[in-house]
Amino acid sequence: MKLDDLTVTYRGHPALHHVRGHFAEGSLTAVIGPNGAGKSTLLKSILGLVPLHKGSISIAPERACTAYLSQQTEIERNFPIVVRDCVLLGYWHKAGLFGAISRALIQRAEFALSEVGLEGFSQRPISSLSAGQFQRMLFARILVQDADMILLDEPFNTIDAKTTAELLKLITAWHHEGRTVIAVLHDYAQVRSHFPQSLLLAREVIAWGDTTTVLADEHLRQAEAMAQAWDENALPCQESNAS
Amino acid sequence: MDSIYQFAFAPFQEFAFLRRALVATIALAMSGAPLGVLLTLRRMSLFGDALSHAVLPGVAIGFMLFGLSLSAMSTGGFLAGIIVVAITGLISRYTELKEDASLAAVYLVALALGVILISRRGTKLDLLHILFGSILGVDAGGLLLVAGVASASLLILAIMYRGLLLENFDPSYLAACGSRGILLQQLFLMLVVLNLVAGFQTLGTLMAVGLMMLPAVSARLWHDTLPAQLLNSIVQAACAGYFGLLISYHIDTPSGPTIIVCAGALYLASLLFAPRGWLPRICRPAHLKA
Repeated sequence: MKLDDLTVTYRGHPALHHVRGHFAEGSLTAVIGPNGAGKSTLLKSILGLVPLHKGSISIAPERACTAYLSQQTEIERNFPIVVRDCVLLGYWHKAGLFGAISRALIQRAEFALSEVGLEGFSQRPISSLSAGQFQRMLFARILVQDADMILLDEPFNTIDAKTTAELLKLITAWHHEGRTVIAVLHDYAQVRSHFPQSLLLAREVIAWGDTTTVLADEHLRQAEAMAQAWDENALPCQESNAS
Repeated sequence: MDSIYQFAFAPFQEFAFLRRALVATIALAMSGAPLGVLLTLRRMSLFGDALSHAVLPGVAIGFMLFGLSLSAMSTGGFLAGIIVVAITGLISRYTELKEDASLAAVYLVALALGVILISRRGTKLDLLHILFGSILGVDAGGLLLVAGVASASLLILAIMYRGLLLENFDPSYLAACGSRGILLQQLFLMLVVLNLVAGFQTLGTLMAVGLMMLPAVSARLWHDTLPAQLLNSIVQAACAGYFGLLISYHIDTPSGPTIIVCAGALYLASLLFAPRGWLPRICRPAHLKA
């Protein structure tokens, strides 16, 4: 997937600007950076959920369906469905509105639940799940979705160490299966030990490449120096005039 | 035995207008109540209320052009509702305003326009009729309209059920799969408008919302899963319709409000006795070990 001069703005101020680079097929990349650095915006623009101010995203081969896990606050936790139905929604891209869900697909969903450690939960209403169990269920939905590209937005917020370790194993397994995985994370230790590639953002790309080089102290300092507030008197971005 | 028969069944056997009213209410219950449940799920419980006001300018224009013709007023109301829904959708899609804020703005303007239009041509009596309806005046044509709307709504709801569920539960996931959730949402809101307009001749615009929302809210107290909630809401709405008509016949009260009060009584009972209501919180048995 190639990003070319990707720019997303909020009232004229950049949320993300002039992002250039590419995610290799089958790569496992952590997206890191301070709050407000544009990490979630990057994922959303890849999915086409936010309008681009400038630039383009080209994905090859043409994606069938991208698995996406939004931040937990964006999902309705008390929705009145049971765990199995929620996992079965992972077949949406195949079944759509009308397609039948065969017995084999249901079995696959039950197997996915056991893979994430939720055996016996299939008939429980999702409102009864803890935050960790809920996240496990959403990972099961990604499992049934069987997508080539998987985008995770802060998957381990509010999740305990044990669950995080188990879910990280799943992510590593996806990487070995040749899927492209991009995850927004905050824990540098986690990134160092599990993610070969990293992209450090602070409204623009600070560094992108092997995790060991990206997470150099100098880069991190540079990212932290990102101004949180808007400069009300900011001049038009020079780079956009040039290009 | 005989007195029960006299009380509960004889009125419907005797009077054709009561029978028609009963069939119309049950038809409305079957399509309106599930829509209500889905509205509460989207946290749009007051949406129906707002929309029921928003149809007013259309009803008024229908009335001005064709007089007190039900079909003209219904068509006008439906078109006005659709336009309000579409404008609301466009505003929330292309500006920073959320759906509830943009609807509040649009429906208030629509309501004001409607009142201006009516005051230029009609009398206060007409407005009362529009707002509160007269279920006992349902003729064969009106019955056909209500039944047609109910059947079509149930069918369309069944067809888009899965998508609507996903669109409510996790819209960004649906969008990530490249599906257009906005279409489902607009179609759903159009069904709501259609049902309000169908209910408008029988119950009146305001009361039609009651039959849609009250059973829906109560049903959510009874069950954990959506299919059960949908069925429960239909049963409650139909019961409210039956008992409301019966009581309004026996003690001579306006039928629409009586039906809604019955739905309110069922709501009160649900608040007290339903598993997620108040009493189970007070009288709880010893808690389990694990």
